[in-house]
Amino acid sequence: MAKLIARPATDGLLPIEIGKAILEDAQPQAITWVAPFNRKKSAVSKTLGGFPGPGEVVEVKAGRALSVGPGQAMILGAPLDCEGAAVADQSDAWTVVALEGAAARDVLARVTPLDLRDAVFPEGGTARTLVGHMTASLTRVGPFRFEIMVFRSMTQTLIHELERAMKHVDARTKL
Amino acid sequence: MRLTCPHCGDRDLREFTYKGDALALLRPDETANPQEWVDYVHNRDNPAGTTSELWYHGPCGSWLVAVRDTTTHVTHRTLSLAEAGK
Amino acid sequence: MRVAGRGLIDRDRPIRFSFDGKPIEAFDGDTVASALLANDVALMGRSFKYHRPRGVVTAGSDEPNALISVGPGIDIAPNTQATMQEVYDGLIARSQNRWPSLKFDAMAINDLFSPFLAAGFYYKTFMWPRAFWEALYEPIIRRAAGLGALSGAPDPDRSEKAYAHCDVLVVGAGPSGLMAAEAAAEAGADVILATEENRVGGRLLSERETIDGESGDVWADARVARLAARGNVRVMTRTTVTGAYDNGTYGALERVALHVTPGEGPPPTCFWRITAGRAILAAGALERSIAFPMNDRPGIMSAAAIRTYLHRYGVSPGQRIAVFGNNDDAHRTAADLTEAGIKVAALIDTREDATTSGDWPFYPGADVIETQGRLRLEGITIRKPGGGTLRIGADALAVSGGWNPAVHLTCHMNGRPVWNEDIAAFVPRENAVPGLIPCGAANGVFSSRACLEDGIRAASDALTALGRKSSFVALPEADDTPYRLSPKWVVEAPGRSWLDLQNDVTTKDVTLAAKENFRSVEHMKRYTTQGMATDQGKGSNVTALALLADATGRTIADTGTTTFRPPYTPVAISSMGAGHSGKGFAPERFTTSHAASVKAGAPMIEAGLWYRPSYFPEPGEATWREACDREVRMVRERVGVADVSTLGKIDIQGPDAGAFLDFVYTNTFSTLKEGRVRYGLMLREDGHVMDDGTTARLGANHYLMTTTTAAAGPVMAHLEFVAQGLRPDLNVRLVSATEQWAQFAVAGPKAQAVLDTLVDEDVTDADWPFMSCRDVHVSGVPGRLFRISFSGERGYELAVPARYGASLWRLLLAQAESFGGGAYGMEALNVLRIEKGFITHAEIHGRTTAFDIGMQGMMSRKKEFIGKALAARQGLLDPSRERLVGLRPKDPQNEMTAGGFLFERGAAPTRANAQGYTTSVCYSPTLETPLALGFVKSGPDRLGEDMRFVDHLRGLDFAVELTHPVAFDEEGGRMRG
Repeated sequence: MAKLIARPATDGLLPIEIGKAILEDAQPQAITWVAPFNRKKSAVSKTLGGFPGPGEVVEVKAGRALSVGPGQAMILGAPLDCEGAAVADQSDAWTVVALEGAAARDVLARVTPLDLRDAVFPEGGTARTLVGHMTASLTRVGPFRFEIMVFRSMTQTLIHELERAMKHVDARTKL
Repeated sequence: MRLTCPHCGDRDLREFTYKGDALALLRPDETANPQEWVDYVHNRDNPAGTTSELWYHGPCGSWLVAVRDTTTHVTHRTLSLAEAGK
Repeated sequence: MRVAGRGLIDRDRPIRFSFDGKPIEAFDGDTVASALLANDVALMGRSFKYHRPRGVVTAGSDEPNALISVGPGIDIAPNTQATMQEVYDGLIARSQNRWPSLKFDAMAINDLFSPFLAAGFYYKTFMWPRAFWEALYEPIIRRAAGLGALSGAPDPDRSEKAYAHCDVLVVGAGPSGLMAAEAAAEAGADVILATEENRVGGRLLSERETIDGESGDVWADARVARLAARGNVRVMTRTTVTGAYDNGTYGALERVALHVTPGEGPPPTCFWRITAGRAILAAGALERSIAFPMNDRPGIMSAAAIRTYLHRYGVSPGQRIAVFGNNDDAHRTAADLTEAGIKVAALIDTREDATTSGDWPFYPGADVIETQGRLRLEGITIRKPGGGTLRIGADALAVSGGWNPAVHLTCHMNGRPVWNEDIAAFVPRENAVPGLIPCGAANGVFSSRACLEDGIRAASDALTALGRKSSFVALPEADDTPYRLSPKWVVEAPGRSWLDLQNDVTTKDVTLAAKENFRSVEHMKRYTTQGMATDQGKGSNVTALALLADATGRTIADTGTTTFRPPYTPVAISSMGAGHSGKGFAPERFTTSHAASVKAGAPMIEAGLWYRPSYFPEPGEATWREACDREVRMVRERVGVADVSTLGKIDIQGPDAGAFLDFVYTNTFSTLKEGRVRYGLMLREDGHVMDDGTTARLGANHYLMTTTTAAAGPVMAHLEFVAQGLRPDLNVRLVSATEQWAQFAVAGPKAQAVLDTLVDEDVTDADWPFMSCRDVHVSGVPGRLFRISFSGERGYELAVPARYGASLWRLLLAQAESFGGGAYGMEALNVLRIEKGFITHAEIHGRTTAFDIGMQGMMSRKKEFIGKALAARQGLLDPSRERLVGLRPKDPQNEMTAGGFLFERGAAPTRANAQGYTTSVCYSPTLETPLALGFVKSGPDRLGEDMRFVDHLRGLDFAVELTHPVAFDEEGGRMRG
């Protein structure tokens, strides 16, 4: 019988390194959306090993839990199920890329209206925002490393927007 | 312009979509008479002054009510629909 | 001419560029204007209306005259101010609005007709006949009066846009701006310091003053170097803050690479949207002129600009310069010129009581009443207090009529400035833009010392508002000479006195406007075009106002001002729209089968942001129709596969999921059995159809809703609104699952056979009746299978996680082909559904009700749902409404079009007689006839009736027959199988 072959969304498109920024694939093993039902938040939090409040990233048993909406988290890591919550596998719905380097924040400033200053968006911060015209989830995972999630179908547009910004930021250093 | 999303906080206007008068939250009861329904669906005030507006923060899916002044553009406060319902 | 030993230019770095084809020698640090003046080029442009010869007037972004086109080919930037364009090797600058040359402009003949071209001329002359306006007058006027032109080629879209955030934005880097930035930074605030110049210092670069004993440029450079070394200050040079918007949002144009040779590297400009907790306006002030006869000749300049050219660029615009003013800056100018060894031909001070200590011909209480020289100034005539006149030879004239604070940004949110009699100028109204704090010269504070002090004050105000503590900042030593002037707007004397140099507005135009009762300042502006040129009347508006006030017997304060609007200086559309062309226009959403479809030669069409294949051409097929007909027959006779992943999928979970769906759909879903699928209809609250689609019950508390491709986003937002706002009592959670799944339709008599080869489980009819669904495995990969049909054939939709999509598409295609089938595209999909009378958003276009599409039976009487109350309105249930029907031509050669109208046979095809319209059309290869869906008054009651189809646009007019919307397999036996 024929076999199904899995293909990553960024297949052949990454990494891209321009100047002081590198864009690479950062797809986790699984992405699970978890939304506790009414009055189940603490039980769910207990099961998972934590639950992020608005703008928070929390390390939980299965991996890293990002706050993605009111009462909703996206857990990047191992697949999971959870009593008391709506759970949906979103592993294939999102493309996760990482932008890293001294120029990463300048690159992002060209595509997102989000305030990326340390005081507002510190390491460990996450936000639902826009990247170009796309709704996105942005997480600061290191001092110079950001993870960006957009819908899988928009992967090429995401890479195009970021690559254009990376080129512009780098070109300024040559002025 | 900027608005405060009840979940995400202070954000640029371009993240939001205007969705009309917050009156849309006051859905009449099933038994309401036709005039109440017509008022609910179609009739809106257009005040020079304070209005309550519905906005949608697409990136996180939160709806909100913004209490704004149409003459000064000052946003007095923003509420989640849960808060607005109280 | 160059003045030895002066200026902040780098004389070790010569630069060569061209102006109108002639080589010009310059130095690094020059602007085009300073380099032209250094080369004794006084004539730089022609005026807009009269084509009068004009020279540079200012040294900054308020320049009205010296507009040039910069750069060759597609990079040409017309209407660039020569005062703002820095020189670089190879720069190509051209003058504008002249033909055949700048020195001889044939259109200058307009000037001879100037008595006829006064304010309102166009309105009065070109009124009749009306048809002549577009055809004749406007093109001629536009050709004669003009500015520079673009290349005409598509914009290369090389610029960029960016966002910045700070606690304090400081607009302007003169003495006040620098002190404000320092004071804010000392207190720990994040600061952006923006200046439109290529270096900091502002007015300090243009004067001889010292700060703390150092020359202004040295002091400013040292200050900013300290600031830039801090982590919390971003210095943005060549950045003009162009607009103030709500909630601390500012627009700014950074000229990133306009000072270097154009190329593929850095973006020419960057348009910034800056969000600031507080902003400090330290934009300085703009020197205004005095209106006197023939005040527009090349060589007549702002006195402040002449000092700028001298001190900053080491350039003098003349060898014998006369100075004319109503304030002490005229004296400062004369002194600076003398000190630099340039002859001051005369100092004319309109104040009778003025005195001078300088060694130059001095005429207190005198006016300039005439000037001489055609392509550049040769001399002036003055009128002495007694009345006698005197001619004075001069090749340049420095004019100072006082200073106008740069209040513009404070007016961008409709705030009007207030008149300050002491300085005879408008100053910002307090809190005119919430959070924007004016200081220094922009606030009407003029001495250097006062500006430094006011900068610290403004920073302290900003910090207090932000809840921060101010730190001590020492006030530097600086000049504190008070600003003294006596208002003088217009010299009363015969001859044309210009106000708005760019639009050729004279004092007479303003008085004529007043005489003709255009007394309101906004009317005067539009009647005369005062202030409507690219410089927005920066140098002339206040003078025009003063004149209007005088002509109408009002005070200036009572006369008011026109509205300053963004942008402060012109911003090219290519900067505003940077990055939004081509791939940046909108996101492209690709399905997992996209690459394979493109490879197969399928033309893609856009469906919202998605790209979907129209059809899959085969060798020998000459038209899309041939491919489409083949694909339709293939599905009807054998099997076809299509990517349907673009349909919206919303995962709905929770104990109240069924109740939630019952509320948003007209029909009931709480009773749907697990493993079953039901078609659902969703209304807007006004009773019209919002969307339709199937919803599957995957588990006791788990449903999967399908929306149309176009409505996926809006339906999701709608459901969020219902969950958050209308029914917070329901315990339900929603998430979009569209992107998680790659989903493919497999349709046709052989569909089951294709699935048998790929699905691990047996897909029997017993287990898989029509409208059932279940989890399955595809070669071991968990997937979902739905038995649903949008083609009317036995149909399934097979979904796997998107990572397997490309692979599954390939396998499905290979299997379908082995059964004589293949892929079908949107065209065939559309034909299949029209044959079956299935609706899309062509039919549910926003004005149709459930009743109109024959689905009134789906509106449950047993429960409440959105749209129920208003759908029950009598008018929405009137049988005579336009209702869904099928249509086919009497002669199958006649193909209908969508959007055509239907009339009774014999009725005239007029709007009043229209009985309905077509919404979807196709050629049905199955029935070998064109088909259409449409809406006709009382349609379902008129089946079999012949009607007249008319498409007025395309000239179609033939007979059609009204039919049932379902043209093929009305009983549905084929899909139920």
